[in-house]
Amino acid sequence: MAAISREEVAHLARLSRLAVTEEELATLAGQLDVILQAVAQVGEVTAADIPPTSHSVPLTNVLRDDVVASCLTPEEALSGAPDAAEQRFRVPRILDEDVAS
Amino acid sequence: MTDLTSFSAAELAGLVARGESSAVEVTQAHLDRISAVDDRVHAFLHVDTEGALDAAREVDSRRAAGEPLGPLAGVPVAVKDVLTTKGIPTTAGSKILADWRPPYDSTIVRRLRAAGTVMLGKTNMDEFAMGSSTEYSAFGPTHNPWDLSRIPGGSGGGSSAALAAYETPLSIGSDTGGSIRQPGAVTGTVGVKPTYGGTSRYGLIAFSSSLDTPGPCARTVLDAALLHEAIGGHDPLDSTSIPAPVPDVVAAARLGASGDLTGVRLGVVREFAGEGAEPGVLAAFRAAVETLTKLGAEVVEVSCPHFQYALPAYYLIAPSECSSNLARFDGVRFGLRVGDDGTRSLEEVMSATREAGFGPEVKRRVMLGTYALSSGYYDAYYGQAQKVRTLISRDFTTAFDQVDALISPTTPFVAFPVGARTADPYQMYLADLFTIPSNLYGGPGISVPCGLADGLPVGLQVMAPTMADDRMYRVAAALESAVGPFTPPAL
Repeated sequence: MAAISREEVAHLARLSRLAVTEEELATLAGQLDVILQAVAQVGEVTAADIPPTSHSVPLTNVLRDDVVASCLTPEEALSGAPDAAEQRFRVPRILDEDVAS
Repeated sequence: MTDLTSFSAAELAGLVARGESSAVEVTQAHLDRISAVDDRVHAFLHVDTEGALDAAREVDSRRAAGEPLGPLAGVPVAVKDVLTTKGIPTTAGSKILADWRPPYDSTIVRRLRAAGTVMLGKTNMDEFAMGSSTEYSAFGPTHNPWDLSRIPGGSGGGSSAALAAYETPLSIGSDTGGSIRQPGAVTGTVGVKPTYGGTSRYGLIAFSSSLDTPGPCARTVLDAALLHEAIGGHDPLDSTSIPAPVPDVVAAARLGASGDLTGVRLGVVREFAGEGAEPGVLAAFRAAVETLTKLGAEVVEVSCPHFQYALPAYYLIAPSECSSNLARFDGVRFGLRVGDDGTRSLEEVMSATREAGFGPEVKRRVMLGTYALSSGYYDAYYGQAQKVRTLISRDFTTAFDQVDALISPTTPFVAFPVGARTADPYQMYLADLFTIPSNLYGGPGISVPCGLADGLPVGLQVMAPTMADDRMYRVAAALESAVGPFTPPAL
């Protein structure tokens, strides 16, 4: 039995903000199925009482003194933007999105 | 005069310091070599000729003025294109960043400049460091100087191939699951994953933040140690940077070079020394184990029973973190934007941009991670993988109660032909079978050339406890002194 259906893969693509083509969807469904069946091996390990590890360095809440330091200028921060206006990143309209579509 | 590209970094620094060669001459020799061979190797995505010569001239004028020079002053270095370089293209091997010029330097690059090294340019890589062959670069594959029809490993295939092709004596890589060590192994060069947190991630384009570790690549163990010392150490700009001095890796490399390993206990990882590796790789590994014994090391077998689950755990944890990290590529603040024609919504523009800008492996991993993190699957996949990560770390700490360092082959197979594993992504993932455990644990690992199989290089991996990077340098330098050198055929 497949670990993941084509419909689920299409849903994942939407969640991932990837406008994949139908052809890609077919390829990805097969490949993700193989990968998921392989990685599901982690389920063989008895680990109910084992604490999870998210990170290998036992550091928390690293803070620095609250002093002013140099940082990027607005021009530098915007230098790689696909579109900018009035010292801001310009994006497509997000309000009235339902109306627009 | 001998070709300057044949010298080690330590030798080149000596030539410059003594005035027997200028930094400009050293730099020009490597730029000429790149011009002569890189159309066949394709190790570089960008060569910064003018910047390199400017940096070299500065070293020469500082020397002329009698200023003190560091141990790598005037030595060329190539940097994996995943580290930001101010004003110099930084693509991470992706179309989505094809035209991006970062407004700041990564900490690693800033330290390279401060050390007086000369940055030649940026090296090719699998897109966003996801891959084991450099075939997933959006700008075409890199070729292995040992056999141009074969892959140079990945993701940092450009950095390692540039060393094997004598285009640079030093390079920088990043290792999330083996992306420094595996290319090192298959190109017959040295690759080091330092302790996680021992080298700064500031300005390293993130793939999997709890695993990503920048590190040194070189042709000799001593050169790797000198580079490690120059780039390592605490960085307040990286909140996971360890606030402790760099272990004395240079002294350890010099000590190891004497070829005496008396008193050193090494553990062969039983689970990695049997099936799962090619016969030629195992034969070279076993011969290296005999050599290490002759050098005085006591070699025992150690079992790490959870290592067999490292690969599946990694391919849940790394894609999960990547799906989150790569959300920043949304066509707003930097990089590509596609479909912004006034009729499409922000979300449609994001989806079109990411579809056009990301290659197949990145899409697979983003979707895999999105799946593993989604409610309903989180506990069975991501949560369980994090628990397995704990058990793998415990295997390491138990092993290090018995031995000083662990050894294994670096990778299960030698360089494979271009195209051999792209049709089946999971077959590609197996290249990192032996390198992934150290990333999950956080400890350091080094790959050092140990022999040839069918004329292609085989690497031996030494794994050490966290912040005991010096131990693996000693072992690797001792092995290096007793085997080789392994030199690829002339290009």
